[in-house]
Amino acid sequence: MAAKTEKPGGSSNSVHLRAVTKKFDEFVAVDDLSLEIPGGNFFTLLGPSGCGKTTTLRMIAGFEQPTTGEVLIEGSNVAGLPAHQRPTNTVFQSYALFPHLTVLENVEFGLKRSGVKKDESRSRATEELERVGLASESSKKPAQLSGGQQQRVALARALVNRPKVLLLDEPLGALDLKLRKGLQIELKRIQQEVGITFVYVTHDQEEALTMSDQIAVMNVGRVEQVADPETVYDRPATSFVAGFIGVSNLMPAQVVKAGDGGEVKLEAGPAVVGSVEGLAPGDSCHAIVRPEKLLINDRASGIGDGLPSVDGVVESSLYLGTATQILVRLPGEVPMTVLVPNVNERERDALPEAGAEVKLAWDPENMHVVRDTTIVK
Amino acid sequence: MSGGRRALPYLLLFPGLLWLVVFFVIPLVYMGELSLRTGSLTEGFFFNWQFSNYSDVLSDYSQQFLRSFIYAGVATLLALLIAYPLSYAISFRGGKYRNLLLFLVVAPFFTTYLIRTIAWQTILTDQSPLVEFLASIGLTSNGRILDTPASVIAGLTYNFLPFMILPLYTSIDTLDRRLIEAAKDLYASSKTAFLKVTLPLTAPGIVAGTLLTFIPASGDYVNAYFLGGRNQAMIGNVIQSNYLVTSNYPAAAALAFILMLIILLLVVIYIRFAGSEALMGDEASTT
Repeated sequence: MAAKTEKPGGSSNSVHLRAVTKKFDEFVAVDDLSLEIPGGNFFTLLGPSGCGKTTTLRMIAGFEQPTTGEVLIEGSNVAGLPAHQRPTNTVFQSYALFPHLTVLENVEFGLKRSGVKKDESRSRATEELERVGLASESSKKPAQLSGGQQQRVALARALVNRPKVLLLDEPLGALDLKLRKGLQIELKRIQQEVGITFVYVTHDQEEALTMSDQIAVMNVGRVEQVADPETVYDRPATSFVAGFIGVSNLMPAQVVKAGDGGEVKLEAGPAVVGSVEGLAPGDSCHAIVRPEKLLINDRASGIGDGLPSVDGVVESSLYLGTATQILVRLPGEVPMTVLVPNVNERERDALPEAGAEVKLAWDPENMHVVRDTTIVK
Repeated sequence: MSGGRRALPYLLLFPGLLWLVVFFVIPLVYMGELSLRTGSLTEGFFFNWQFSNYSDVLSDYSQQFLRSFIYAGVATLLALLIAYPLSYAISFRGGKYRNLLLFLVVAPFFTTYLIRTIAWQTILTDQSPLVEFLASIGLTSNGRILDTPASVIAGLTYNFLPFMILPLYTSIDTLDRRLIEAAKDLYASSKTAFLKVTLPLTAPGIVAGTLLTFIPASGDYVNAYFLGGRNQAMIGNVIQSNYLVTSNYPAAAALAFILMLIILLLVVIYIRFAGSEALMGDEASTT
């Protein structure tokens, strides 16, 4: 019996969360969260453990009901609908394959429940197993397969039902790095092939950046930023996002003047100019300059005069082959990383050594100012 | 030394094997020999391959054999029907009281089996308020509970219930709850998820519990002795009276052997049909 909600929605959004809050007793797991997930998107919920990403996924799946707010799938409100009546399927981190059924029977499970005829369910399940490269293992029990194979079966078992939304809860979390890389590429290929909306939960920023069309970075039950991977990486909206995504060189500062020709006062140095968006004077913020975009020079050299700059002391210098990585400490113990490409040996020999007093300068264009949010990693 | 290493498994097996030989194999052989003797207590029993002992007791006591297996079977079924929902509830809903609830299940064991059964005899005696109440609402035959099949079956069910609950609880409690979630995610209603996932995966507990209840229940004589009458005698009672009352040792030994063989046969058939997959965990049976 296919008790799925069949109602074409007006919007092209596959999943729409409206001001969703989920409380477990007094603990707020998800706090006033609103998200629009476009159809056919590979959408990732990224965040540290305990940020509410899995709870969000479980509310879409129907395992949890929101305390307040609405969940819409293809335009229809699924409030109160239990998991088995929702047009979603889940790939669990633990695989959750039925140990007493064969691989084929596992994949057929959902089809049988939706009343698909035996022949058809068998051929569809076989086809899906072929897609994940496991057709030859169809009569085995899950325990006879490797972890990677089990995860492929879990994927086939969910995908074979052609859900409107496929939910993936850290599906690669239990696999080793090499296998994970291979499956990332495969998952992305399969998603493009079937065109189903994937909502993917992970705490691995690299995985999120590799696979996603859109990333929602979450922290303590809230969304900090929703954007495509390039934007999240290049223009993180908050210091939390920047820190979580692995951006270094966060200089604590305070907004002096907002806008395009804005100005922030660095805690470790002078006021510097740059574009300040979405912030008001007085807000605490972080100024970010990428390691490869910093100029490092002797304070006396005069190079970089006229550019925004800050003084610091070299702590260490590390030769990386194609570049040299220099760690500089600003007043207030702010660590800064500078990456200098090794263009020629003469230039490399001229780089400041540990203990040298240096000036870090940058083009105002390359400075990015983000709102200060707690960095939890 | 590799020689010492190779001997180690046998050394470890030795105490257990010795135990088995002294307390199982030797008595069994002795009993087999006894069952083929003939004679009387005063003249002595002589070994002369008296196979007719078997056919005699089988024809004399076939009714008690049948009764034993029916009583034990019904008691096992009742115990399963009581124990499964109870174990399920303790495991799923017990929360922090789970261990307390399990303790309550085991608590009656602190009193000896005999005393508990005699206590039931008192509870079910004709003058007891409970029986009078049941009689007043017409739930008894001739105002009696004692000396009916119902009282014996109830006694068996009560006494062996923990043997059903404990293996069932263990298998329900170790069931991965995410599998139930996965079933519901794959469009199974709560009922279907129970039938297709929970029940098959807790089958080992059901098989273990039913065996642990059925086997001792079919050989039991205490419940029939205290709670039943002449017409509720089970095979255990017959064996007991042959040994201790009429002193017909060969007949008692033959009865014990027949009981053992029938139970063995029933268990083998049961495991073949119901429990092979559950016990072995492989694809011995298809779904």
